[in-house]
Amino acid sequence: MSYEAWILIVGSLAGICCGITGCFLILRRLAMLADAISHTVLLGMVLAFLISQSLNGFYMLIGAAAIGVLTAVFVQLLHSSGIQEDASIGVVFTFLFAVGVILLSLYADHVHLDVDHALMGEITFVPWDLVKWGFLPELPKAFLMLTTVLIINLLIIILFYKELKITSFDPQMAAAIGVPVLLIHYILMGMVSMTTVASFDSVGAILVVAMLIAPGASAYLLTDKLNIMLIMSALLGVAAAIIGYYLASWLDVSISGSMATVNGVIFAIFFFFAPHKGVLSKRWSQRKLKLT
Amino acid sequence: MDDVIKISLADANTQWVLLGTILLGISSGVLGSIALLRKQSLIGDAVAHASLPGICVTFLLLGEKSLFPLLIGAAISGLLATFCIQAISSYSIIKEDTAIGLVLSVFFGLGIVLLTKVSQSSVGNKSGLNDFIFGQAAALVGSDVKLMAGAAALLTVITWLLFKELKVLTFDPEFAKGLGLPTKLLNFVFLTLLVSAIVVGIQAVGVILMAAMLITPAISARYWTDSLARMIVLSGVFGAISGVFGTIFSTFGTGLATGPFIVVTATFIFFISLLFAPERGLLTKWVKRLRLNKRLQHELVLRKEGKSYQ
Amino acid sequence: MNPVEVQNLTVAYQKKPVLKNVSFTVPEGKLIGIIGPNGAGKSTLIKAVLGMIPKATGEVRVYDKLYRAKERVVGYVPQRGSVDWDFPTNALDVVLMGRYGHIGWFKRPGKKDKELALNCLEKVGMQEYATRQISQLSGGQQQRVFLARALAQDAKIYFMDEPFVGVDAATERAIIELLNELKQQGKTVLVVHHDLQTVKDYFDHVILLNINVIAEGPTEDTFTLKNLHQTYGGTLAFLEKGDILVGQK
Ligand SMILES: Nc1ncnc2c1ncn2[C@@H]1O[C@H](COP(=O)(O)OP(=O)(O)O)[C@@H](O)[C@H]1O
Ligand SMILES: [Mg+2]
Repeated sequence: MSYEAWILIVGSLAGICCGITGCFLILRRLAMLADAISHTVLLGMVLAFLISQSLNGFYMLIGAAAIGVLTAVFVQLLHSSGIQEDASIGVVFTFLFAVGVILLSLYADHVHLDVDHALMGEITFVPWDLVKWGFLPELPKAFLMLTTVLIINLLIIILFYKELKITSFDPQMAAAIGVPVLLIHYILMGMVSMTTVASFDSVGAILVVAMLIAPGASAYLLTDKLNIMLIMSALLGVAAAIIGYYLASWLDVSISGSMATVNGVIFAIFFFFAPHKGVLSKRWSQRKLKLT
Repeated sequence: MDDVIKISLADANTQWVLLGTILLGISSGVLGSIALLRKQSLIGDAVAHASLPGICVTFLLLGEKSLFPLLIGAAISGLLATFCIQAISSYSIIKEDTAIGLVLSVFFGLGIVLLTKVSQSSVGNKSGLNDFIFGQAAALVGSDVKLMAGAAALLTVITWLLFKELKVLTFDPEFAKGLGLPTKLLNFVFLTLLVSAIVVGIQAVGVILMAAMLITPAISARYWTDSLARMIVLSGVFGAISGVFGTIFSTFGTGLATGPFIVVTATFIFFISLLFAPERGLLTKWVKRLRLNKRLQHELVLRKEGKSYQ
Repeated sequence: MNPVEVQNLTVAYQKKPVLKNVSFTVPEGKLIGIIGPNGAGKSTLIKAVLGMIPKATGEVRVYDKLYRAKERVVGYVPQRGSVDWDFPTNALDVVLMGRYGHIGWFKRPGKKDKELALNCLEKVGMQEYATRQISQLSGGQQQRVFLARALAQDAKIYFMDEPFVGVDAATERAIIELLNELKQQGKTVLVVHHDLQTVKDYFDHVILLNINVIAEGPTEDTFTLKNLHQTYGGTLAFLEKGDILVGQK
């Protein structure tokens, strides 16, 4: 397959993975926790590298998922010791990220894993970073990781759809009828961590937050139904990735940065023009009411 | 090791850098405490990230790395970010935390796009701008530090002057309105102060970790006192200490960014506070409870013995 | 010269008005109850009078002048529970905030302000708790501190939004005694109140509110079953059964 096709495929896969995960983050008001996790997975990846001495994607996924869930646990611990939630998030993620950066600059100097790369991603290298898994032909590593994570995410969503829905909507009621709210919370955090790692190579730690939150937020402005919101969010994620790529090659700028920017532009458009929930549509319908 | 510290501290440039990080620590500690109590810490995080496009645009316009205009550019895009967050969370169904995450990442993404443009431009001294991402206090020169010291001092003085008004606005905004304070104006003034403290601080800590300078010293200070004035002072002190030690640690290796070390120091202070603060520290509380239990048991035993003698 | 005169006040948060054409006059030196069901717009009324939210139409006059908050003739006790109880501040500090309007910009509270604040704490029986962090006070004690803060404002007219919610009987008695004392000093006190049973004992004058002013005047003439029916609609049947309005029939 052509070089460009691979980039588009990988970008779109990242868009879908992030888009569907992000919907739950928005509904559960966990956007900033996801932001925190997207930073701390860096530490997970560095530790996985230091322990295993390899850049094997599998170890990275495990390390990142572990640190991601650990981040959520730490935040929860501090919060329950009486610290307000935003401060708990702030303390935990900056510390773990700082340790990650220090370790990276001390020990991982010669590796492909450098800080800039981790932050901004480098989707242009993706088509050349090939690995061979089992009977499959040699394929880009990012493609394999994203596909794996997408399958895991979809399985989780299909299996736990009811639980995810009710714990997002009304956690107290969910707890009352015996849904393991905390477990679902940590499963979701695990999903976020894995999605982040898998998207890391392509978009980097901070821009993955844009891909997680923006499509879901735009979709939220378009519909009230969870299943439709999931689909729209995935589609918008793909759209942003593709438009972002072409824009970046046209302007000759960072592809991941451009994808994040396009995500923001799409959100801005819906913020103003979404039917029913957009600012201008609301204003317009009010004016019509006044006239009649 | 001692020698290393001595040598590096004797260096005139290092002294400047240390002075700079002390002042940055103070101003972000002071404004961070108020932001923390107003539950606006994460807005500070967003502002820090969002300053990147402002920095890049200014650089592209001017074509050189001169600190003052860069800070102005950073402040403008930071304020714009807070404006976007407020607009999104008040004019749509999107909640504030989502709005913060969205604005933070999109602005940062735009910043990265612009950064690639900067590195392509022929005048581009890209490494200079990269320092904004993780903070490189060592890159500061005397004139930069003077500017930042002035800004940090000004911010602290304004906060001190408006202390009473900011306090009542933070504690009970409804009542502040009832008192006839111009709460909208005060809100704006505070946000401007906060944004200024952030853009001044990112030189040392970097845009990504700036949130720590706003949150960690403040939350640590909260453990030691129940008075807002003392909390603010302590937070400034903690910020200054983190700045100094972080800067010193980062000079041990070549090319190490200052930000992560400052953050680790601040978090260390936080752990000490979390565990050992009188009254509120977890360990202190635990020991106290243990002692109380022992005393109660002891009294119970004595009473029993007294009874048996009767 | 009446302390408060409201004319044709209409307030809307969104499309639908929450207060519609509200007009009333408050007599001087009286204890006035503002009575109405949940969502009647009682809190909104206070906020609009104090200029804290914009009015769609209407006029508020305080002592014959258009009211501006800076004039410091009005003291305000907001509905409880809106503050962060973990805020680093103690009881005395909160009361001192009542002086901020008098102190002016940039200056700090002086010795006199502190004495006055302590005095106000004493009036509500809270002097022992002056240095207590506010989260370590009981609900009733917190309410007393907020009352003391209003006293420290040293105003001529007081607006209190549901000061009796969540306090025990002793605190309620203490508060009402204090309100009577204020009345004796010639101050005018408006209180949003919920408990219909005590209205006749507490207030000289009532304003029955439900989006419109249903009735307004001396308690004797105004607090009648007919007016209450109009104010509360269907929910009153339930209240009647509990013999809440004994002596009304
Ligand atoms: N900030 C606000 N935004 C929109 N609607 C509001 C706001 N505050 C109050 N309301 C609405 O205005 C009405 C009156 O509220 P309020 O004055 O608080 O009632 P009360 O104090 O009598 O219980 C209610 O229907 C409430 O939903
Ligand atoms: Mg009310």
